[in-house]
Amino acid sequence: MLTIKNLHASTNSKEILRGIDLEVGLGEVHAIMGPNGSGKSTLAQVLAGREVYEVTDGEVLYDGQNLLDLSPEDRARAGIFLAFQYPVEIPGVSNTYFLRSALNTIRKSQGLTEIDAMDFLALARKKLKVLDMDEALMNRSVNEGFSGGEKKRNEIFQMAILEPRLAIQDETDSGLDIDALKEVAHGVNSLRGPERSMIVVTHYQRLLNYIVPDFVHVLYNGRIVKSGKKELALELESKGYGWLEEEVAAGHTA
Amino acid sequence: MTAVKDYQGTYLAQFQAHEKDHAAGPGWLAEVRRAAIHRFAELGFPTTKDEEWKYTNVAPIAQVPFQPVAAASATATAESLAWSCFFELDCPRLVFVNGHYSPGISFLAGLPKGVTATRLAKAVSAGTPALEQHLARYADLQNSAFTALNTALMQDGGFIEIPRGAVVEKPIYLLYVSTGDGGPTISSPRTLILAGRECQATVIEGHIGFGEGTYFSNAVTEIVADENAVIEYSKLHQESRTASHVGTVRVEQARSSNVTTHSFSFGGALIREDLNAVLNGEGAEAQLNGLYLMTARQHIDHHTTLDHAQPHCASRELYKGVLDGQAAGVFNGRVIVRKDAQKTDSKQSNKNLLLSEEAVINTKPQLEIFADDVKCTHGATIGQVDQEAIFYLRSRGIGISEARKILTFAFANDIIDRVKFAPLRDRLRDALFQSLAKRSRKEPA
Repeated sequence: MLTIKNLHASTNSKEILRGIDLEVGLGEVHAIMGPNGSGKSTLAQVLAGREVYEVTDGEVLYDGQNLLDLSPEDRARAGIFLAFQYPVEIPGVSNTYFLRSALNTIRKSQGLTEIDAMDFLALARKKLKVLDMDEALMNRSVNEGFSGGEKKRNEIFQMAILEPRLAIQDETDSGLDIDALKEVAHGVNSLRGPERSMIVVTHYQRLLNYIVPDFVHVLYNGRIVKSGKKELALELESKGYGWLEEEVAAGHTA
Repeated sequence: MTAVKDYQGTYLAQFQAHEKDHAAGPGWLAEVRRAAIHRFAELGFPTTKDEEWKYTNVAPIAQVPFQPVAAASATATAESLAWSCFFELDCPRLVFVNGHYSPGISFLAGLPKGVTATRLAKAVSAGTPALEQHLARYADLQNSAFTALNTALMQDGGFIEIPRGAVVEKPIYLLYVSTGDGGPTISSPRTLILAGRECQATVIEGHIGFGEGTYFSNAVTEIVADENAVIEYSKLHQESRTASHVGTVRVEQARSSNVTTHSFSFGGALIREDLNAVLNGEGAEAQLNGLYLMTARQHIDHHTTLDHAQPHCASRELYKGVLDGQAAGVFNGRVIVRKDAQKTDSKQSNKNLLLSEEAVINTKPQLEIFADDVKCTHGATIGQVDQEAIFYLRSRGIGISEARKILTFAFANDIIDRVKFAPLRDRLRDALFQSLAKRSRKEPA
């Protein structure tokens, strides 16, 4: 469903992605790992349409259409969802209002009828229950004053409501204690299915104990330098990223 | 005096006509008026050389010979005012049209016993004793030409007197309407609110206008809060797009009184609002909130002064502005802490959202502290809609213009949320939605 070919992207005329190739099939979960500064988050944001990054070469096909031509909102309407590494606080806008507006905009673009306040509340309650989250979340301003864990859970909750076809998670595990991590992973796992693909960006292998990927890719210096099955993550965990850097320097990986 | 021709003389003539008609009122009031017109003659209209008027040019007022409207031609019907979301507010109201009381669309049912809400002109002719003691005793006509002019020419307005201990559930609404007919016209609405000890009341003062005619509304309001009184006062502007409004609100607070003011501005071509609150008794508290939404070539100037004259008083001030088009805003907020006002606790902030390249805001929070044991902070911000937040909303499928609207709404709604009377909050949100809808239509699809 997603094909990335030779993707190059820069910000402030500094090249960060230097030729990414990646193929994600329907229902697959791909983990992207790599050291700090390798370009993981940039890749996630470029896919969501973040305008601070300029795509200088390559293409991204999503269900056969050119993704890079679409505005961020049109990507969301087409079923792409980014769980932010740093979710933005929006004082004065309630989570309920925000999510219902988002859901209805997406529904409208798909030719579906808008969902009213009562039905939305029922839907939200159902999802909160599945995710084991507190209903109080709904009436608070979007992410305002949320703890790190609450923010990440709120991202997963949004994902559960909007039901994307391609969910990209940008370091959903960063800064979480083990209990919060398990909860977030539980949420993500409950959303896995044959019609939904996922890209899980993470710095640490730990998350992948709980969200077990089908494929693992290692990003280094703006390129994918190694791909494999879930076992690759374990290898990285025991050996660290250092050996990869040596291999890349010696030209052993392609 | 001033190089440009102004029509100061027009008002001196109007004053003389008043005196001839014996419209100046009883002796004490006639005396106050004479002092006021003399002071107005001395001061003249301010110019931008005057520090207090540096960014606001009153030429649209000074260079037009505004005339008062005769009572007979000052009419409006409920139907002709239905356009304004501030007309029906589900509370007792006194309506004045072009400066004259309009009994047909006023009603005062539901006021508790002992509470006075009436026309100032009627209270004056009835010889109400509190008037001589309070009317024109607070608003400073020595340093303000506009207050002097209002005092000299005022004919009518709202007079509210809440007796000791009374709790008034519903707000009392004073609505000043300008029709713009037969312009250019002037009205000089005058409001006096006397809040007795331990009373509790809400007053809304609305200024709405329509039509193509030019008019100038020069309003002065005095609010006197006795010990322990709790008062919430809102001033609304929905003046017509060619109107000028100069408003002066003077608040006098006794010991342990608590006064909250809200200022909401949606309309008008030129608006100047002076709000001066004197915390003149220990433990008094004041909250000053403001919201202005300006577009096109609208100009709004807020000058507020919080005068901490006694110890242990607290004040909180937050004014927020949204400026679009070529609109210009001025915020000048002074907090004065007098020598004896130890333990003052004051916070002041002015936040502005500029939605266009050409919108301008001049903001100047000022602190003047003469006491040594106080806690005071102040600050101002000017910015655009947060780009991170815009992207966040877009990444969830919300279109860019809707995203801007949501964020602007949230910014402004913060002030509306502070109003306690729910029907007014709803109407303010309506006005906010209307204002934002007008803006978003201008954006490319």
